[in-house]
Amino acid sequence: MNDLKEQEVNDMLEKEQIRELKRFSKRIQMEVMKMIAEIGVGHLGGSLSITDLLAVLYGAEMKYDPKNPRWEGRDWLVVSKGHSGPAVYAALALKGFMPMSRLATLNRPGTDLPSHCDRNHTPGIDMTTGSLGQGASSAAGIALAHKMDGKKNRIYLVLGDGELDEGQVWEMALFAPQHRLSNLTAFVDYNRLQLDGPTDEICALGDIAAKFREFGWYAQSIDGHDVSAIYEAIEKAKKESEKPSMIVLNTIKGNGWSGSAGRASCHNQTVSKEQLADALREMEAALKEIEEEGENE
Amino acid sequence: MSIRIAAEHLPEKKEMRRVYCETLMELAENNRNIVVLDADLMGAMGTKPFQARFPEQAVDCGIQEANMMGVAAGLSAVGKVPFAHTFGPFATRRACDQIFVSGAYARMNVKVVGSDPGITAMLNGGTHMPFEDMGIMRGIPTMTILEPTDCAMLRDLIRQIAGIYGMYYMRLVRKTCVQIYEEGSEFEIGKAVMLRDGSDVTLIASGFCTAEALKAAKTLSAQGIEARVLNLFTWKPIDTNAVVAAAGDTGAIVTAENHNVINGLGSAVAEVLARSRPVPVEMIGVQDRFGEVGPLDYLADRFGLTEPYIVEAARKAVSRKMHKNME
Repeated sequence: MNDLKEQEVNDMLEKEQIRELKRFSKRIQMEVMKMIAEIGVGHLGGSLSITDLLAVLYGAEMKYDPKNPRWEGRDWLVVSKGHSGPAVYAALALKGFMPMSRLATLNRPGTDLPSHCDRNHTPGIDMTTGSLGQGASSAAGIALAHKMDGKKNRIYLVLGDGELDEGQVWEMALFAPQHRLSNLTAFVDYNRLQLDGPTDEICALGDIAAKFREFGWYAQSIDGHDVSAIYEAIEKAKKESEKPSMIVLNTIKGNGWSGSAGRASCHNQTVSKEQLADALREMEAALKEIEEEGENE
Repeated sequence: MSIRIAAEHLPEKKEMRRVYCETLMELAENNRNIVVLDADLMGAMGTKPFQARFPEQAVDCGIQEANMMGVAAGLSAVGKVPFAHTFGPFATRRACDQIFVSGAYARMNVKVVGSDPGITAMLNGGTHMPFEDMGIMRGIPTMTILEPTDCAMLRDLIRQIAGIYGMYYMRLVRKTCVQIYEEGSEFEIGKAVMLRDGSDVTLIASGFCTAEALKAAKTLSAQGIEARVLNLFTWKPIDTNAVVAAAGDTGAIVTAENHNVINGLGSAVAEVLARSRPVPVEMIGVQDRFGEVGPLDYLADRFGLTEPYIVEAARKAVSRKMHKNME
């Protein structure tokens, strides 16, 4: 189920584990490209920017059972930036929650893979999201319920940077420390681009980690494309016994393909068959690089 | 199910909020999943005794209604049965999207309670006086919408909805109501109660207007008009059978609500009648106006929610029916 878990000896990942997570992230990216190209358009940017996080969560950190998605002992993931659904679906399919063939149904009429995450449609989706800010509160509620019952499950929450414009996030930012939700680990995908342009030009967020720290969180700011750094930050968060954790992921929107990386237009982007081929070429090359790293060791 | 109608309809001694808290405490005694949430109105809502007795099952979120509804949805995802209260306008206007998406659309199990319906907000005035709360909630698929009439009904409905999975909105008077039912009465959600039968017109009333409708029926009877009185406490799903039967049996309808007639009880009844059995309908309720400050009697008269207005509306409905028959 979660092999890396067993091999874990300390807070650091072995080199082969790191490579495995990088490969997993790249495979998620490739599936995202295929899904979006299949229907021609989709939320590409915010999907590609969180694949390294998803690789660490589903590849090394979270407890789950693909055969029993609502297993009580599982860790929960609320992707509050619900439009990143394609990346989550790809990760879930790669981990066996559903057949890989289902990914091609993204946003087709009657699909179980809608643009925005829906707990009643997709196995492995823990919370319905899509109206920004709301996953923050539901994740806090899920964390609170587990705490009330004395359960040890971890609750993970992924927020978008643009999403932090929503007041509801800051209501929750006050609420979670008040209720000592140390079982809650939140991430912000700080790619510095929102739909209309750079976050700094629309509604500047400044030092997100400092803001959360001031609100009473244990906050870290890391390279969101470094799987070891993500893993280590989560391990540190898990040691915190009082405070909820915020891990700011400094990322690149549309990461992984030159046709999308760093462009505001990649929020909801069209992808042609030619562009898909181009992206997959780049991603295959990246995969090869990861393999070569291993061989050279 | 047995409903016993009280012999006399007098103001109750017990406040509704006391029954709310007592019933939740009774439920929590045997169900550790009951969670009471509030947005800094536990004192106002009288749930401090619950908090004192079940501190682990009480969450005072502070003044953050949107977060509270989301937290409630999250709690329900893990099997809790949250009752989330704030004043009606903040529950429904301010946190509408949270109730919609994190609650109803996500198929959660949250009991939303909005207090101080309509004119009962009294001195809090227009900002706090929800004439639209039921209408807002009515537009959300899967929501069941309730307005308990008195303490006996409130106690029964709270016990029931705690055990039924799904999204509920209940508007709730914090202070006293007029007693309509005997304690121990058991109601069926979705089924209107016939308080009085009559052949000439039907008064379909809810909440504050129920006792007024009963008074109006008495006055009308003295004038030779026999009115049926229905207490339609479930606004959604509406009791279509009772409404259609009333139209068929009496040929004229008056709705009476402490709410805007637009998107309110009058609208809901008219929707049923327009499709199944069109008859003259008069609507007593707030005629698309904002609330204002004042004592209850003053506001009830100012917005035309009392007996004389209902009597006049009934006479008009009956005359429209006669007029139609003569044509």
